[in-house]
Amino acid sequence: MAGTLTKSLDANEAAASVAYRMNEVIAIYPITPASPMGEFCDEWSAAKKPNLWGRTPSVAEMQSEAGAAGTVHGSLQAGALTTTFTASQGLLLMLPNMFKIAGELSAFCIHVAARTIATHALSIFGDHSDVMTARTTGFAMLCSNSVQEAHDFACIGQAASLQSRIPVLHFFDGFRTSHEVQKISMLGDDDLRAMIDEQWIADHRARALSPDHPVIRGTAQNPDTFFQAREACNPFYDSFPDAIQQAMDRFKGVTGRAYRIFDYVGHPEARKVLILMGSGCETADETIRRMADAGERVGLIKVRLFRPFSKAALLDALPKSVEGIAVLDRTKEPGAPGEPLYLDVVATLREAGHAARIIGGRYGLSSKEFTPSMVQAVLRHIDTPNAPPQFTVGIRDDVTQLSINYDPAPDHEPDDVARAVFYGLGSDGTVGANKNSIKVIGTNTDKYVQGYFVYDSKKSGARTVSHLRISPRPIQSAYLIRQASFVACHHEVFLDRYDVLEHAAPGAVFLLNTQRAPDTVWESFSREVQQQIADKKLRIYVIDALKVAGEAGLGSRINTVMQTCFFKLSNVIDFDLAVGEIKKTIRTTYGRKGDEIVKRNLAAVDSAVEHLYPVDVPQQVSATRVRPSAVSEHAPDLVQKVTAMMLADQGDLLPVSAFPPDGTWATATSKWEKRNIATEIPIWDTDVCIQCNKCALVCPHAAIRTKVYEPEALAGAPATFKSDDYNAKDLRGLKYTVQVAPEDCTGCHLCVEVCPAKNKANPRRKAINMEPHADHVDRERAGFEFFENLPQLKRDRIVRLDAKGSQFLEPLFEFSGACAGCGETPYVKLLTQLFGDRLLIANATGCSSIYGGNLPTTPYCTNAEGRGPAWANSLFEDNAEFGFGFRLACDQHTERAATWLQSLKNVDSALINQILEPTDTSRIDMSEQRARLTQVRDQLRSNGAATGADELLNKLVPKSVWLVGGDGWAYDIGFGGLDHVLASMANVNILVLDTEVYSNTGGQQSKATPLGAAAKFATAGKEIHKKDLGLIAMSYGHAYVASIAFGANENHTVKAFLEAESYPGPSIIIAYSHCIAHGYDMRHGAEQQKRAVKSGVWPLYRFDPRRIAEGQPPLQLDSGAITGSVTDYMNNEARFRMVQKIDPERFRRFAKLAKAETERRLEIYQQLAKLHVAPSQQAEMVGASANGGESR
Amino acid sequence: MNLTTTYLGFTLPHPFIPGASPLADNLDTVRRMEDSGAPMIMLRSLFEEQIVGEQLATYHAAETMANVFGEATSFLADPPDAVFGPEQYLEHIRKIRSAVRVPVVASLNGRTRGGWLDYAKLIEQAGANALELNVYDIATDGERSAADIEQETIHMVREIKGAIALPLAVKLSPFYTSFANFARQLDEAGADAIVIFNRFYQTDIDIEELEPVTALHLSDSSEVLLRLRWLAILFDRIRADLAVTGGVHDAIGAVKALMCGATTVQMVSALLQRGPRHLFKVAASVSEWMDEHGYESLEQLRGSMSLKNCPDPSAFERANYMQTLYSWRDERP
Repeated sequence: MAGTLTKSLDANEAAASVAYRMNEVIAIYPITPASPMGEFCDEWSAAKKPNLWGRTPSVAEMQSEAGAAGTVHGSLQAGALTTTFTASQGLLLMLPNMFKIAGELSAFCIHVAARTIATHALSIFGDHSDVMTARTTGFAMLCSNSVQEAHDFACIGQAASLQSRIPVLHFFDGFRTSHEVQKISMLGDDDLRAMIDEQWIADHRARALSPDHPVIRGTAQNPDTFFQAREACNPFYDSFPDAIQQAMDRFKGVTGRAYRIFDYVGHPEARKVLILMGSGCETADETIRRMADAGERVGLIKVRLFRPFSKAALLDALPKSVEGIAVLDRTKEPGAPGEPLYLDVVATLREAGHAARIIGGRYGLSSKEFTPSMVQAVLRHIDTPNAPPQFTVGIRDDVTQLSINYDPAPDHEPDDVARAVFYGLGSDGTVGANKNSIKVIGTNTDKYVQGYFVYDSKKSGARTVSHLRISPRPIQSAYLIRQASFVACHHEVFLDRYDVLEHAAPGAVFLLNTQRAPDTVWESFSREVQQQIADKKLRIYVIDALKVAGEAGLGSRINTVMQTCFFKLSNVIDFDLAVGEIKKTIRTTYGRKGDEIVKRNLAAVDSAVEHLYPVDVPQQVSATRVRPSAVSEHAPDLVQKVTAMMLADQGDLLPVSAFPPDGTWATATSKWEKRNIATEIPIWDTDVCIQCNKCALVCPHAAIRTKVYEPEALAGAPATFKSDDYNAKDLRGLKYTVQVAPEDCTGCHLCVEVCPAKNKANPRRKAINMEPHADHVDRERAGFEFFENLPQLKRDRIVRLDAKGSQFLEPLFEFSGACAGCGETPYVKLLTQLFGDRLLIANATGCSSIYGGNLPTTPYCTNAEGRGPAWANSLFEDNAEFGFGFRLACDQHTERAATWLQSLKNVDSALINQILEPTDTSRIDMSEQRARLTQVRDQLRSNGAATGADELLNKLVPKSVWLVGGDGWAYDIGFGGLDHVLASMANVNILVLDTEVYSNTGGQQSKATPLGAAAKFATAGKEIHKKDLGLIAMSYGHAYVASIAFGANENHTVKAFLEAESYPGPSIIIAYSHCIAHGYDMRHGAEQQKRAVKSGVWPLYRFDPRRIAEGQPPLQLDSGAITGSVTDYMNNEARFRMVQKIDPERFRRFAKLAKAETERRLEIYQQLAKLHVAPSQQAEMVGASANGGESR
Repeated sequence: MNLTTTYLGFTLPHPFIPGASPLADNLDTVRRMEDSGAPMIMLRSLFEEQIVGEQLATYHAAETMANVFGEATSFLADPPDAVFGPEQYLEHIRKIRSAVRVPVVASLNGRTRGGWLDYAKLIEQAGANALELNVYDIATDGERSAADIEQETIHMVREIKGAIALPLAVKLSPFYTSFANFARQLDEAGADAIVIFNRFYQTDIDIEELEPVTALHLSDSSEVLLRLRWLAILFDRIRADLAVTGGVHDAIGAVKALMCGATTVQMVSALLQRGPRHLFKVAASVSEWMDEHGYESLEQLRGSMSLKNCPDPSAFERANYMQTLYSWRDERP
């Protein structure tokens, strides 16, 4: 690569770098895995980085991909060079505009990080199911297979589109390519300029709508003309393959890199040819070249241009000698005679009268690994006599027997390729350091580098696995490393949880971060680990990186320590050079973030190696301890057989038969995953406790719980089990316990922070105190097991259902993967405590759907009767409508059941009447109704007529329907639907978990983001006030609306949930949810909520239309007058402080504006709270239909 | 009356200076202070502890969740122009320097040896005309002796003086065992001025919540008495200038401070309460008072009531406690 500028970066950055420079308008919306492309553009735009024409492109974040596509369409119509980025569901939302853009022959190149479309389940990973839905839009489809190609094709696509007027969908594989870091040759501005003619741009602009030469577009045509007019574009499509080939040829002239729309590699007289597109081509290329070099007559066609499909070019690329072809599609079209690429190839060859045998297979769905041995298996399969033409590879299909076998052994990789695998704890910074390491190596050597990072689906205690390759040749191995010459385990606990050494090559170096001394490490290993070390003759090194980082003042950020050790042990680059480069990077990366951060990291680097020790490996395996099983032996069958495999990183081995065909999954599985991620857990001090239950209420993971129970229940309690007399009047004589689930606690400190009870002699101690996990886990585990079996207090015994009372109800949402200290989950947990046994949740995509339903484990669970929340996620954009559908269906069921009940002759009619009385849904206890239904069931059984009765009878317990999601859904992408549902009479409850930012995709601004907060796409601070969703909802007059913040007023929170549920029409609760995207330690979340409320930033209120009938103003402003300072509130969060750090004056202005806006909003509410209004017609109707009971 | 004074090597039209306060945070207010006759601008302290604390908090908030989760490589915006370090303070020095003609004195509160030194150099590079070291240290560590604490400060002053060319003032608390000796040693270490005394945040406790409560209360004029004593004791016994801060609210207080030996008089609370114009009024009133009372020059007034010149020097010494008690008894009916 001498002479050209090289850089190590991922495909998202590589594609965005070109798209940004070649465009003027960029309209985007965040979606994984394409979000970084938009974020890069936003960063560059904020930094006023110019495009090719010296101007800063306008970057606009829209409310949805549909909005982004509309903006793109408009911008194109108005003549700007325009681009956008998306993936998966986002692309689906863009389709309508894409048809229009193509129909109007608008030059435009969209860049897609191809991702799985949600079907039986959502998946954020890569395949071509999204882009395949766009193949009817009229867009050309250009596929790049690697980071270099993503960079190059972004340019080629743009150029070809400008020249031809056919819009181009440029795509590459989500994650495998979008997130893979590779060293590539960068295209300079002059290279990009050399690829386009200014005339093309002039033509594009000349086609723009202009009142100076007006035309109209978007007419409606009738049967007489539409067909012919639609065919008029054919010449453009016919000539496009030539246009793009010309662009590729021109590109070769500029850069020397040659591409063809079908690129052939392999034996010149290949007998068997594989055809595919995407990152799989890299693996196939690497494999097939090796085979061809060894004389095997095999070849590969890489499809660059999928649409328009050039039959001539394909036939031209195919060796004449070919006898058998396997076409691989990274998508699935159920019911089709074959997948799209396969069908295209079949059609092409059949039309041409080609005699080759053609088979078609599916591979790599949702980033499933695609390895050289799979390539070989497919090539072998071509020769299998009588093999069915359709197959799958990479899985074991024991249901329809479509899968072909492949050699599961690790593939051979050349010895001169250094391969390293790192198991890190997400929060320790391992991935960041590894990204840096490969940049260091890439920049300072002639070697090629590749970094691929596997992330957890959990945000707390997350594990990361980094795969690094360093090679003298370009790296095409688009699959995980399975024979590593260097393995590092940055978190010792992983050794007992995963087979960390499975992919260590014989003789590899194994680096372990441990607090143990080098001479005691060996004996701490399980038998399996010792055996692997002995068998593979691994060389072991240990370092107490936590000690080094701690002494340097970096806490648990061990990344630079481990990075230094990697360079010391791996010899991939001169160690002193590496240390110099690490330090340079530290100065560059953290210079802006503070000299102290730089100093501390430098100190950590300097002292790392002196703490690195080799370990003498004994000859004999001595351990008797075996690696603990992933789940308890008491776990249910599914968990033992399926979940445990996934937890142990063995999910790839599960066959098709292990899965339900429709995506249905069991709840209550998170309890079996004992993660033990906390270093400290809360320990109860009975002497200090005032039994307020605040700790249980705020716990985001239901890992601290309270119960009251009869004293007799203590029989058989472990000696260390703690209990105290319950001190409230209503349940005098009972015992009380606060119990931690020590293996499920994340150690967030939230409970301790809210604990109001202090030890009088030593107020530093509270009624619960964080203590070392290791010292307490055994005792507390036994305690929690006993606690779980204590009887749950009957619901009818909870006289006062306030915050305290609510915590005697069993949480039916537990141990999710949400962030430690999450501000959303306490609300979700409370919801399940109050109504969980009759609850249906429609959950918008986002954080709450990921911690709510991302396998391997599921946090929604069941009570002793087996009842619990039924949960489903549809999409991001449609959740209100989805939940509305629940309601309609439930009401139908209820009506059907009621009609049926009334028709029963042999059942006591008084009983039937009682059952059909409106139920008071303000009560959380449905036991009386359930008892009546049991009586009916018994009577039916005694009459021998009970068939199907159970299901119908269950319909007569009112169902609580909740539409749950974040502010991205409620304020932005799903607002239209949410607004529509609010405008209905439906008895649904909407819970908006308002983190004021798109949390799940990484902190992009939403319309809920407050003025002055820095967020992605508002890096200098948002200039517009937060949308007042509550006020909008109130404007209907018939909807129940509440604004709550559990950290500020937990009783108010509980009251709002109860009122919303009991309200027979639509209800919406907007819940303040502190979030890691606010930039402070989440342990202070509740305290910050108080500041939000006291400063007036987050008023607490309830708008209850039922009050109108009572002659009361519907709005009650519960948070009272402002007693705190908006500036103080803002000063506590990095999202606001960021602005202060950019420009103190701007921060002051924002603080002043925020204060004024806060006062203005509050004044409006205060006036509304005095307003006596006549009942709206809808409110009257809602009230009349139920009077506190559920409408039937 | 000619009130011209030399402080830290600068010739000032009068000795009344707005002390380090939020008033110097805003460029417009700084200009107003200059217009009101402020002879130099004192900036608020650059607190090493605060800078480090904020850096670490932001670092951990941003980095702990970066590259953790597949859907987001980070969760916080990272504006390229947001700088977490002393740069904002340094930039503020630059802005104020270019906005006013009078000397600008920066202030520094360090926490570590490296911190003191590094920031002092940066402050010099940013263009400050002088530096005031705000020695703000509550000695809670039972292992550190009084001598150790004093020696650390003396060493630090010597080191900074050796590293930068700026005039150096040292602002101290009164809580030193032998303040006169300590001041002399600082003088010898190169301090160009001793500023007495720092005012600490005082910690109260909330007896309901069992929490410490910290607040900074504005000074009142009774606080000046402690300062008068030490001005009086130190006057003419050290080479360095003497500046007083804390408790001077009006012309009478200012005259007292000058009489006890203050080279300059810093005012904060009074200006916060009454606005920058108050400084001008105090200067005018002092001038008027001196005229009325027949003083010929500031030199004549300065130090006239110091230990050296005072008609009853023992009043400033140990015996005065007894005498005060007697006089208090005498005043009772």
